[in-house]
Amino acid sequence: MNAWQLPWLELAMIVSLVGSPLVSRLRDPERAYRWGLALTGLSFACSVLAWIGFDLGISSLDRWSVQPWLFGRQLFALDDLNAPLIPLVALLHFLTALATARTHMRRFSFSWSLAAEATRLATFSCKEPWPLIVLLIVGTVPPYVELVNRGRPTRVYLLHMLAFAVLLVGGWAAVESSLADSTHAPWWATVPLLAAILIRCGTVPVHCWLTDWFEHASLGITLLYVIPLSGVYAAVRLVLPIADDWMLTSIGLISLATAVYAAGMATIQRETRRFFAHLFLSHASLVLVGLELHNDLSLTGALSLWLSVILAVGGFGLSLRALESRFGRLSLTDYHGLYEHSPTLAVCFLLTGLASVGFPATIGFISTELLVDGAIEANPSVGVAVVAAAALNGIAVLRAYFRLFTGARHVSTVSLGIGLRERIAVLTLAFLILLGGLIPQPGISSRQRAAQEILAGRMPVERRQTPPPTARRKPPARAVRASGARIGPALT
Amino acid sequence: MPDFETWIKFLGLVVVVSPAVLTIVLGVSALLSLKLAEETTTRLVSAAIVFGLLAALVVLAIMLCTDNRHIAIELGDWVAIPGYHFSFKFVFDRLSVPFAILSYMLSGTIGAFASRYMHRERGFDRFFVLYAIFLLGMILTSLAGTVETLFAGWEFVGLSSALLVAFFQERAAPARNGLWVWVVYRFSDAALLLAAVAMHRLTGEGDFDQLLGHGLWPDEYSTIAVHDAFVVGLLLLVAAAGKSALVPFSGWLPRAMEGPTPSSAVFYGALSVHLGAFLLLRVSPLLERSLLLCAIVVIVGLATAVSAYLASSVQTDIKSALSFASLSQVGIIVAEIGLGLRYIALIHLLGHACLRTLQFVRAPTLLRDYRTLENAIGERLPRTDSPWSRLVGGRHAWIYRWALERGYLDALLLDYTVMPLVKVLQRCDALERRWTDFLAGEASRESDQVKPHFVTIEELT
Repeated sequence: MNAWQLPWLELAMIVSLVGSPLVSRLRDPERAYRWGLALTGLSFACSVLAWIGFDLGISSLDRWSVQPWLFGRQLFALDDLNAPLIPLVALLHFLTALATARTHMRRFSFSWSLAAEATRLATFSCKEPWPLIVLLIVGTVPPYVELVNRGRPTRVYLLHMLAFAVLLVGGWAAVESSLADSTHAPWWATVPLLAAILIRCGTVPVHCWLTDWFEHASLGITLLYVIPLSGVYAAVRLVLPIADDWMLTSIGLISLATAVYAAGMATIQRETRRFFAHLFLSHASLVLVGLELHNDLSLTGALSLWLSVILAVGGFGLSLRALESRFGRLSLTDYHGLYEHSPTLAVCFLLTGLASVGFPATIGFISTELLVDGAIEANPSVGVAVVAAAALNGIAVLRAYFRLFTGARHVSTVSLGIGLRERIAVLTLAFLILLGGLIPQPGISSRQRAAQEILAGRMPVERRQTPPPTARRKPPARAVRASGARIGPALT
Repeated sequence: MPDFETWIKFLGLVVVVSPAVLTIVLGVSALLSLKLAEETTTRLVSAAIVFGLLAALVVLAIMLCTDNRHIAIELGDWVAIPGYHFSFKFVFDRLSVPFAILSYMLSGTIGAFASRYMHRERGFDRFFVLYAIFLLGMILTSLAGTVETLFAGWEFVGLSSALLVAFFQERAAPARNGLWVWVVYRFSDAALLLAAVAMHRLTGEGDFDQLLGHGLWPDEYSTIAVHDAFVVGLLLLVAAAGKSALVPFSGWLPRAMEGPTPSSAVFYGALSVHLGAFLLLRVSPLLERSLLLCAIVVIVGLATAVSAYLASSVQTDIKSALSFASLSQVGIIVAEIGLGLRYIALIHLLGHACLRTLQFVRAPTLLRDYRTLENAIGERLPRTDSPWSRLVGGRHAWIYRWALERGYLDALLLDYTVMPLVKVLQRCDALERRWTDFLAGEASRESDQVKPHFVTIEELT
């Protein structure tokens, strides 16, 4: 046995899960911060080791795993799709905790953050439909608690998430029952599932819960909840394997409209939170567009863009959070002249913003190129729309930069420069963004393998279209339950 | 002992790597807040320029001595997956080498000028970081052997230009103008990206060699289908029009004069404004596949030349007058490209860029120069009427106003493209507000309460 064979993935989840109640007992915010930071750091380290072990092709020893003992099987595991996502999610949690300003330590709940991290890591490492659905629904609880704790209106969020949960459960139940009698899921079974995914991804016109939530929640919690793109993960695991082509095309078109609409909205926003919310929505929708085009190139581009969104849009959000912790919520109607207070923050803001729109030498460049290439392969007008969304996002980012960092310089009696911890957080992300941009091959290759795995997992075309009654045969129910991602091949 | 080919490859790499290293050193210093002394920055800039320029000159000498008209340096695939590859390839030919040398020479001149002009300026380091990014972008674009490499360089030039326009960031006007420049650039970048992808689809790869067909520049000829050539060529023309401020995008050029004089000189007077023309020269075999496309190029070029000439005649500040005079010549260069006069266009471009750089760097001392001249001749400089004034006749006032408003091009773009879009989006935003208010049962937007300025600031400098 060597060190790689330890169940690092489970350890990553256990550390955050066990750490959550421990940290909740600490009353001193400074101590809670230190413990919270150490535990998220530990969880991140475990997730990196799990990823490396997976990449080296070393499987962890089952006798060290607690999963067979708890669930009777390996419920959580890495594959080509989620292997790099999990350390990135853990990294985002760690850096968000690290960059939490002293003034916000009392407000930022490290205990909730650890619990949410455990849920998120479990969600992203789960491939089985029902456990995934349960985790996705559980994942909607901490944001609700956040709103309640802050005394903000909850109705918009609650209504949307209730609809999401009902449609998700109902949709998958309908899909499963229809698959028990037939070889394909009929449209009335998959449509509720699609609707649930569209709500969770914040697709127009059911996107208002997301912008509303950005308005009311703390920015750190918001970043942790939305940036990993759990909705997109659900789409890959639950919808992509079973949906008919026309359905994927429909989702693709709705997502495309969302990407362009949200990018346009980002250019006219008058306040930073709403600007960021729309920018994020546009990127999340672009990822969804690439997934739903389901050709090799677009899928590889979308999966690469997913990594880019976590790093670049996450870093952009952290830069914004650092600004908010000093100046409060910022208007975009005037020029604030903040450059001189913190040039590093300005540079990181610009770098992460440009990386998110696919600027050369950053992680988003090749993914955007691949996505556009794949989109044009599918349909030239889709490619034009993707390029338009990217162009509008670029305009929105630079507009925000000019509004925040240029303008009349102000002086303050206290230092408003970036702190050491924030500097480490944003520079780490900047380093990863540039590294991914300058040496893109490993990342793109890994995403291409994941894309091929997803395409291989899709039900064959003849089985997704309505076959003649004589061709139908009953699938083995156990295979249907075994794995959502592999539901297609299991039926053959 | 390395062979001849290895030496050529090494020198070619030096040409490309010099500005890249400069960008990395200055960029990382800025990112880590490491303050470099002005002298150190100046030396680094000089070293990068000298190494790059010398290497380019040696490559040129070798090409002339060996009568080698085309040297390609392939660095291999940067990214390669089934169905897609992104390769870095640099081409040294009769078009790229003079343009790269021109970029180095003018950037070097401006670098030396700026090290004094910007002395003790608050944004000294920022200026040179952007300068390094610009230089890298120019060299990548000049020597690009694939459309992807060209696109990367093109983007670097665009970003550095927009940020340099907004260089004096304590005033709102430069930032506003910087954003306007960026908007136009993004539009042209989008066209270039689409053209790049279309080229990929047509030839299976982004190499110019594949797209532009056979022969060596300027004798290349393309065999691509006329319809395909028209579509790709039109996209490239839009990209070039945005970058070179051709009609209808000319409005950004005077706005760009908000930046410091060295950047105005090197970017809008000399190099950046010629980049669109360079792109058209690079793809001229493609343009010539379609007569209609050539006609459009000529019309756009002539329209730019005429409107810029009129606008330059009525400008009241020297930098704006020079920028429009520069644009007028760029319009003529574009028309020459449309007419298939490739060598003439290249020579025109090189000579014009050098002349404008000189004029721009002399611009801050214009009044002094005038006084020196008048003192030398012992009287006021003579004022002569334009030879065109008699032709204009009774329409003089109308043309004057048209020229003063710069052909109403900015107003047209703003009123008929930007503002309608903004209004639609603002209505959507209002609808969203009403919808969330309805769902929440109360006013749902905290952002409405955010004040235009934060309250932690004590005083204004």
